[in-house]
Amino acid sequence: MDNKAPFQSHYIPNTTEEQHFMLSKLNAPDIDSLFSDIPEKHRNPTLDLPNPLSEMQIMQELSSLASQNRTLSSGPSFLGAGSYHHFIPAAIKPLITRGEFLTAYTPYQPEVSQGTLQVIYEFQTLISNLYGMEVANAGMYDGATSLAEGVLMACRVTKRDHASIASTVSPAYIQVIETYCQAQGITISSFDPDNPNISEEAACAVVQYPNFYGGIEQLQTISDQAHNCGALLVMSADPLALGMFKSPGEYGADISTGEGQPLGIPPSFGGPYLGLFTCKKQYIRQMPSRLVGKTTDKEGKDGYVLTLQTREQHIRRERATSNICTNEALYALASTIYLALLGKTGIQKISNLCYQKAHYAASEISKIPGFELQNTNEFFKEFVVSCPTQPEIINKKLIEKNILGGLDISHLQQNSMLICVTEMNTKDDIDALVTSLKDL
Amino acid sequence: MQQGGNRNTAKLLMERSIANRVGAIIPDSDVPVQELPETNLLRSNLELPEVSEPEVVQYFTGLSHKNFSIDTHFYPLGSCTMKYNPKINDEVAFLPGFANIHPLQDDSVSQGALSLMHELQSYLQEITGMDCVGLSTLAGAHGEFAGMLMIRAFHQRNKDANRTKVAIPDSAHGTNPASAAMSGFDVISIPSDEAGNIDIDFLKSIAGPDLAGAMITLPSTLGIFDTNITEVCKIVHEAGGLVYGDGANMNALLGRAKLGHLGFDVIHLNLHKTFSTPHGGGGPGAGPVCAKSILYDFLPAPVVEKSPSAFELITPASSIGRISGFQGNFAVLVRAYTYIKTLGAAGIKSISGNAVLNANYIMESLKDIYDIPYNRTCMHEVVFSASSKKDQEVNGLAIAKRLLDYGFHAPTMYFPLIVEEALMVEPTESETLETLDAFIDAMKAINEEISTQPELVTEAPHTTPVSKLDEAKAAREPQLKWEPS
Repeated sequence: MDNKAPFQSHYIPNTTEEQHFMLSKLNAPDIDSLFSDIPEKHRNPTLDLPNPLSEMQIMQELSSLASQNRTLSSGPSFLGAGSYHHFIPAAIKPLITRGEFLTAYTPYQPEVSQGTLQVIYEFQTLISNLYGMEVANAGMYDGATSLAEGVLMACRVTKRDHASIASTVSPAYIQVIETYCQAQGITISSFDPDNPNISEEAACAVVQYPNFYGGIEQLQTISDQAHNCGALLVMSADPLALGMFKSPGEYGADISTGEGQPLGIPPSFGGPYLGLFTCKKQYIRQMPSRLVGKTTDKEGKDGYVLTLQTREQHIRRERATSNICTNEALYALASTIYLALLGKTGIQKISNLCYQKAHYAASEISKIPGFELQNTNEFFKEFVVSCPTQPEIINKKLIEKNILGGLDISHLQQNSMLICVTEMNTKDDIDALVTSLKDL
Repeated sequence: MQQGGNRNTAKLLMERSIANRVGAIIPDSDVPVQELPETNLLRSNLELPEVSEPEVVQYFTGLSHKNFSIDTHFYPLGSCTMKYNPKINDEVAFLPGFANIHPLQDDSVSQGALSLMHELQSYLQEITGMDCVGLSTLAGAHGEFAGMLMIRAFHQRNKDANRTKVAIPDSAHGTNPASAAMSGFDVISIPSDEAGNIDIDFLKSIAGPDLAGAMITLPSTLGIFDTNITEVCKIVHEAGGLVYGDGANMNALLGRAKLGHLGFDVIHLNLHKTFSTPHGGGGPGAGPVCAKSILYDFLPAPVVEKSPSAFELITPASSIGRISGFQGNFAVLVRAYTYIKTLGAAGIKSISGNAVLNANYIMESLKDIYDIPYNRTCMHEVVFSASSKKDQEVNGLAIAKRLLDYGFHAPTMYFPLIVEEALMVEPTESETLETLDAFIDAMKAINEEISTQPELVTEAPHTTPVSKLDEAKAAREPQLKWEPS
């Protein structure tokens, strides 16, 4: 092989001859000369990166890295806490990896983006219906940031600067809310959802449905309390719980957000996920992120466009409702396909399966001496058990038997574990967990 | 091409719904029947479509045909870096060992994922000349927000909380002022000088004890490398501020200059631009934050560190906090990692070389018929102005829409705001000379049409699935979801 061969990449078509032709047109001696605006002492720094690999080598190396991670399907898995192992229909991947969807830009040119725009309109329709809310936007980054943006929006709507958050909201979500609020002069306090004392100054009462511990709060009481104080009810809801349980809209939520990952999106070690964001129609001008609206073209034909863009950063700059720009459109597509495939009865069935299996697991685990179910309210697919020893030790023993146990939450509740059971867990999986816990 | 019957996309899912059709079979429960909750907790009504799997696949495939995309069309969209998205990257991201792993599973059973993240952190450090990287920010604007919160935290730790102002050039992306505002800062807009550089005298005049920092895009959105950049950074530093870098235009600088060497303190990268991950019609992306060591303690949580025995997720000492649910858009990180591994140092440098060559080739080929506000070597993108066409009743919007008829996506229009009737063209390195020439020919042909048949241009587009849409109506009477009539 000729070591002096010029560098070639299969992603960069220009040949040396073509480069020479183009350079001659520019009267430039070489490519380096195009960079002479860069101060000389900083130009062409050393770049120490690994040697390039061919596609064959890449696949070998990356497959080997991937094999060092335990996959959720390689054995019984009971981890949840915001990321879930749910069924993903096979039709989703081939559709979302179609180049026409995967490699399109944000639909700023509606005439050549009707595919993406109509998908988002469908997404807004199905998410509004699922959440029982009047309006959904085109999506946010993830469930945590969506809830944080819900808090900021509630502060804009009410012109107040305090958020009252139920103590049972996911600790990670609360941390993200704190990050989003830290520079905006918004203060945060915590309330006990069983005895909701919402501050009179609060812009919003924030609840999670089901909460971090899997339980379902007295949501109507919290809703009434919040509204009596002139606060908005901001609710983060699991979309798959809504196949069975009342919608946020039925509880009077003003803003309801959610993590869309359960709707056909792989767990992927934490992302990309999909933020769901819905609200009452009267508040749309304070909504963050993109919205798609229906309109007509010059010939009167139906079409879709990005609308109410004066809320957004590219028009309103520092006075925008949010800085959000690129978010998770491809996964809005995935979740739309998911909801279309599962449909009304499929979603109801998945919800019911999660409920049935989680309750079976909870009752079987509670029968083991030393393990006690901690949930006093109704729960959906997650529940907390207190354990006779440290959950960390239990989980180490479980992984030896190729079982991924629940989340160790002993920093929140002594010796407790948050267990998640979905439709992906068979009775055999659950029985294997129960047997292993007995054998400890 | 028109599709008949159910493959026609006009009807929406709710309109297609027929009771008792199913698109997925869900198995029966295999556990003993459990008691249902009280009925007052249960839902009575769920409005979702009932359609079969073939219909769903046909409908969405039909919709996909109504899109332009990189795989189907040239997208000379300035500041968006619409380059080819390698297929191997997707294939790797979908490996079960990456796609089907839980973000909270124990570090001991996710070492492969953590080591990939750790290595990506080190590659991005090396490419940008920075000392540390956080990967948990989920898009460019999200990275900006984190970076500006880090600057705020830095000043607060130094008991210097009176630094409330952030200087941002008037050519900046809208996300910059929006992110600065979300981070609690007041924005001061800095004008550009005649050469398109930041107005140094203006910057000096505002560089005082209340300046928290500056947010700078390099090269700027004018497609220009600011020749005063080291001076700009020095002025901000001497005033006690820090310099934020918007990495949206990094495609121009890969291997040519490192922002860390030029004086930037914290930047974000757009992996969905520079590092080839697909845009997906508006995401997902990823916006890692790269910073100097003085800012390490403030990085958003978590970051991956290597202990003697293993890789682990840790929270830096004075972190601005958690900014997303988990540790980042991992599947996007996997794609960017794969891309860097495929190219190596020479390949990375070849990206910027060819991207800049292609942009200059377009500029040179069109500058006699479309005005260029700054006549100098451009970087990865070139900004034209269509203002001289206005005598002929044609504006930038019309030219952009007419390009759609020629099978090319429109350039970025009316941005940057400081160029009248701006058309911002970024060809990227992954387009062929034939495509560049065809685009140039189309721009020349449109220029002819402006003289000979201007209505062809002003009424464009003519060949797209829909013609010009009534955006005012959409905003006046917002219809944001399907409702039964």
